[in-house]
Amino acid sequence: MAPVQTTNKTSIIKITDLDFFYGDTQALFKINLTIAKNRITSFIGPSGCGKSTLLRCMNRMYDVIRNTKASGSILFDNNNILQTSTDVTGLRRRIGMVFQKSNPFAKTIYENVVYGLRIAGENKKSVLDQAVEESLKGTSLFDEVKDRLNESALGLSGGQMQRLCIARAIAIKPDVILMDEPCSALDPKSTAKVEELMLNLKKDYSIVIVTHNMQQSSRISEYTAFFLEGRLMEKDTTQKIFTNPSKKETEDYITGKFG
Amino acid sequence: MSNIFIWGRKNLYPTTGQGIISIAIVSLVGLVLWNFLPWSIFNAVWVADNSDVCRQAGGACWAFIWEKLYFILFGFYPAEERWRAWLVLALFLGGILYSGRSKSWTLSLIVVWLGLVVSMMLLLNGTLLGLPTVETSYWGGLVLTIILAMTGIIFSYPFGVLLALGRANQRLPVIRGICVSIIEIIRGVPFISLLFMASLMLPLFLPSGFVIPKLVRAIVAVIIFSGCYLAETVRGGLAAVSRGQYEAAQSLGLSYWKTMGLVILPQALSKVIQPTVGSFISLFIDTTLVVIISMYDLLGAARAAASDSAWLGFAREAYVFLALIYFAFCYTLSKYSRRLEKDILTKKVH
Repeated sequence: MAPVQTTNKTSIIKITDLDFFYGDTQALFKINLTIAKNRITSFIGPSGCGKSTLLRCMNRMYDVIRNTKASGSILFDNNNILQTSTDVTGLRRRIGMVFQKSNPFAKTIYENVVYGLRIAGENKKSVLDQAVEESLKGTSLFDEVKDRLNESALGLSGGQMQRLCIARAIAIKPDVILMDEPCSALDPKSTAKVEELMLNLKKDYSIVIVTHNMQQSSRISEYTAFFLEGRLMEKDTTQKIFTNPSKKETEDYITGKFG
Repeated sequence: MSNIFIWGRKNLYPTTGQGIISIAIVSLVGLVLWNFLPWSIFNAVWVADNSDVCRQAGGACWAFIWEKLYFILFGFYPAEERWRAWLVLALFLGGILYSGRSKSWTLSLIVVWLGLVVSMMLLLNGTLLGLPTVETSYWGGLVLTIILAMTGIIFSYPFGVLLALGRANQRLPVIRGICVSIIEIIRGVPFISLLFMASLMLPLFLPSGFVIPKLVRAIVAVIIFSGCYLAETVRGGLAAVSRGQYEAAQSLGLSYWKTMGLVILPQALSKVIQPTVGSFISLFIDTTLVVIISMYDLLGAARAAASDSAWLGFAREAYVFLALIYFAFCYTLSKYSRRLEKDILTKKVH
């Protein structure tokens, strides 16, 4: 029976039979997965298993790479975003992304946060000021940088830069935030801050995080999906995956037998 | 006196090895000056009515330059309309002075120079301003060199940037292929042959009766040639911008042109200021090659002046004078680029 082609109140993205190719190499095989609304979903699995690729399918970031092809459907707001008619820039404003390596623009802290808003045509100072304050408070960066908003963002520490990038992503108020190993370049203290921040953010946003750190996955996410060689092996509540996985591969991976 | 001694000891003779090198260099410079100064200054003739005075003196004949100055500066531009050419030089100097202030370093500078070059061409031609028409074939000397170099720089830069963007685009293989072919073909061909093609072969492909002035053909050749070299320079700059910057811009919902125009290009272009200005300097110097399609730019005019039978034998003076002019331009450009780069790098914020 064909799956019901809608997203409902509890899910925000519905992925159906997704295949993905880099040239002739197939990177994802028949992925079926729903992303829960206002929850944190984590993708785990060994390197090269396709979890980052899947993340980049959800906001069409693979578009910039040559010879990529996706088939199947990713339903967001009742539209299949894989269709060529999708307004990709509009989609990316609603599904934001944070990357492994923090990538602030070579501009001031203030300008970094309001960049997406300015691009969308917002130039009113009061609106921008408010967005800066809200976003920086939301990423608990405000107190640390409030006296140097007009200094270059490149002068921040690694952890601060990553939180600035999150602030930049939430300033345009997306529905979903995709995070591609956001803490892998951070020290434990900064990691703790980002994790705390994610727990706060899920009130307003649905978060998908790719991580290599299984403790992180178990600490913060409600749902966990385990990938292996381009296939979704198992998806369930995080508690179930980590205490009683139904597949042997999942158990081997989370107990550190491979990966 | 002792100060000079201490300075010399510290800077010229800190160790025996470096001291020997200093002595060698100082003597070499001394030797050159010893021979050059008497010819160029002490025995030189500065004012003379005819070449006989010069021939008897044995030194440099700067009177020859003085005699031929108008020709070297303006070529065959009609004498009674020369004030227009002077005005063009004045506009050019004004543009240089304006660009020299760091306050002027904004995008509007491009518009200023575009406006300058258009008004220069209108002024030289004259028709649209109600002045007697002077055909482009009468333009020459320094004025022609300036027109060639300015139009070359102003148009080859955006052309080069577009070629580089086309080449770097992963998603449009056809455009990418076209850009790669243009860049590689043009870069594989000497500038002279491109000039010949523009001047001799292009008219063959055009319908008869359809004439493009030689000047325009030469300018197009300069733009295409220089643009392809610039494209490779810009490509280097694009490759130096980290992938994260593309991703950040894309993930914020910036379109391709906004990503490039607002995020990537400002960083990429400022990384390659020095090689870019290097390309501009080559372009400026390469314009001398239009001599071979019988246009009288600065070099062409000076050579023509030196072959005047009344003033034969003073080519050396002409070349020294030319070298000074070219050096002044190129040095100004390179000095300017260093200031620009310093300014941008210290600001760190585009």
